[in-house]
Amino acid sequence: MEEVKEEVKEEVWELRLYVAGKTARSVAALANLKKYCEEHLKDKYVIEVIDLLVQPQLAEGDQILAIPTLVKKVPEPIRKIIGDLSNEEKVLVGLNIRAAK
Amino acid sequence: MSLEPSESRKMPRTLPKSNTGIRGLDEITAGGLPSGRPTLICGEAGSGKTLFSMEFLVHGATQYDEPGVFVAFEEKAEELAINVASLGFDLNQLQRDGLIRIDHVHIERSEIEETGEYNLDGLFIRLAYAIDSIGAKRVVLDTIESLFAGLTNQAVLRAELRRLFEWLKEKQVTTIITGEKGEASLTRQGLEEYVSDCVILLDHRVENKISTRILRIVKYRGSVHGTNEYPFLIDEDGISVLPVTSLQLNHAVSSERLSSGIPALDKMLAGEGFYKASSILVSGTAGTGKTSIAGSFIDKSCKDGVRAIYFAFEESPYQIIRNMRSINIDLQAHIDNGLLMFSASRPTFNGLEMHLLKIMKLIEQFRPNVIVLDPISNLITVGSNSEVKNLLTRLIDFLQSQQITVMFTALALNDNKTEQTDEGVSSLVDVWILVRDIESNGERNRGLYVMKSRGMKHSNQVREFVITDEGLKLVEVFLGPEGVLTGSARETQQLLEKTSEAIRDHALSRKDREIERKRLVLESKIATLKEEFESLQEELNKSYVEDDLKKSIMENNRQELTRKRDDLL
Repeated sequence: MEEVKEEVKEEVWELRLYVAGKTARSVAALANLKKYCEEHLKDKYVIEVIDLLVQPQLAEGDQILAIPTLVKKVPEPIRKIIGDLSNEEKVLVGLNIRAAK
Repeated sequence: MSLEPSESRKMPRTLPKSNTGIRGLDEITAGGLPSGRPTLICGEAGSGKTLFSMEFLVHGATQYDEPGVFVAFEEKAEELAINVASLGFDLNQLQRDGLIRIDHVHIERSEIEETGEYNLDGLFIRLAYAIDSIGAKRVVLDTIESLFAGLTNQAVLRAELRRLFEWLKEKQVTTIITGEKGEASLTRQGLEEYVSDCVILLDHRVENKISTRILRIVKYRGSVHGTNEYPFLIDEDGISVLPVTSLQLNHAVSSERLSSGIPALDKMLAGEGFYKASSILVSGTAGTGKTSIAGSFIDKSCKDGVRAIYFAFEESPYQIIRNMRSINIDLQAHIDNGLLMFSASRPTFNGLEMHLLKIMKLIEQFRPNVIVLDPISNLITVGSNSEVKNLLTRLIDFLQSQQITVMFTALALNDNKTEQTDEGVSSLVDVWILVRDIESNGERNRGLYVMKSRGMKHSNQVREFVITDEGLKLVEVFLGPEGVLTGSARETQQLLEKTSEAIRDHALSRKDREIERKRLVLESKIATLKEEFESLQEELNKSYVEDDLKKSIMENNRQELTRKRDDLL
């Protein structure tokens, strides 16, 4: 939530991770995500975890089918990354971090 | 998951079914789709899958008190609402009433990156949420195969689909899954492997440039079902399927009679006309008055207060009405009374099946007791002989089960040898009336005879049949020295006979007069003789009296003499 500083206007990655309960897979996905963000987007990201078991009505809005799904709404374009995010390369490309770097 | 098999074993009776509310389908499936189980509807693009599932859902919500969820993978909710609005379904209102919920599942391939393990819990949760929010009993997944285009991990997808169907069964919702027809399999992704309870195939066939929609139940576990291909129709009332191949020869029969509208023809048919619910074929060459016979049959029926439909395949209703007026038959009056309905269409307008379907639909709406199909010959232009025969068989079966009397007219080929109609239906019908041209002495006359008439004594005569301003008439049989006479030959013969009758009459009266005269002569002779006899008698009597007188005088004289002599003594 801490948006920051300098240059090309602060670009903040708004990330949403959809999970369904605390499964091993969702825990792994969240851990992976946090790790990549700390490495590449230090202080430039927000992660919101949505548990669909608690809020099932939110699934429709972001067209969630697969679990876990990571949705990047900002910066554009919208991207969805599904799976446990174990492949760092793909996640970084999907989040446009590679390009940003 | 374990609930399902044990449930089917527990039930000693039949599989519970959910009515689709789709006309005809519930009859073929003996009650609808299997309740609480998934059914696969497959077919090509445009074969009516979405409409089918939407009808299932809307009917469920409005007629059977079973709310439903429509998961649209292809169309947006608004698009769907517009698409089915033409059928009179107000999806928006139904959604507001909480009877239907539409969930548009959209996957944008370009937005998605896959990395690592995942499952489709998101879809499950959405579905569960939608189902629970309105208490849905019915679910449609249209078309779930779109998932394969959006996600690449086939192994995961397949496993998840299997799990989804099992989950739906556990949820006890009756589900329709639609699938696009594949090259070699029923669906592109082989969904039929997962949905093993009920599979329905929708097809769209084009033959002779005429398309026919066909429905077939490929599989229905735990239930009897019709296995044939059933044509179906999509029109403003939605889908209607034709369960007409239920060929059962066990209709109730009636011994009630219906007049043909031509008294002399009734007389030929054992005096009373056709049996109710029988099928009558009127065949003949062109211009022999087949339509007129049909017209007078309809007219008579309507006059008797019977409802009737006239299916015209050749002429427009106005044309028929006008032409019938020329023989003193006013069909318009019956239309105005609401007893008669016309349905005119070109045979080529529809495929055969479609014709049959339309006929049946109209019959169900109008509930007639009598129908006329004029002529069935033209149907041959859209189907082969055997197809037409097949169609008519089914139609006749249907009509008999509904206790409807039908009259077909058919154009016979102009060869007098075979007498067979093109359509080969003559063996199917109960009564076959043949109208024929009789050509002789440079004129054509119409001869009518009853080729067959099941279950009654019928005349074997060929009767001359005339169309007059007052309607149709059968002329009295006229036997001349050379057989039955028709047309002007008959009239000549009639004249001849009249002449000779006059002559005979004349001769008779002359003889009578002669006899009278003779009688008078004889009578006068008798009178003379009588008088002669009387005078003779008188003569004789006279001599008797004289003799007596003489005798008594002589006696007197003698006594006188004797006394005188005594005195003298």
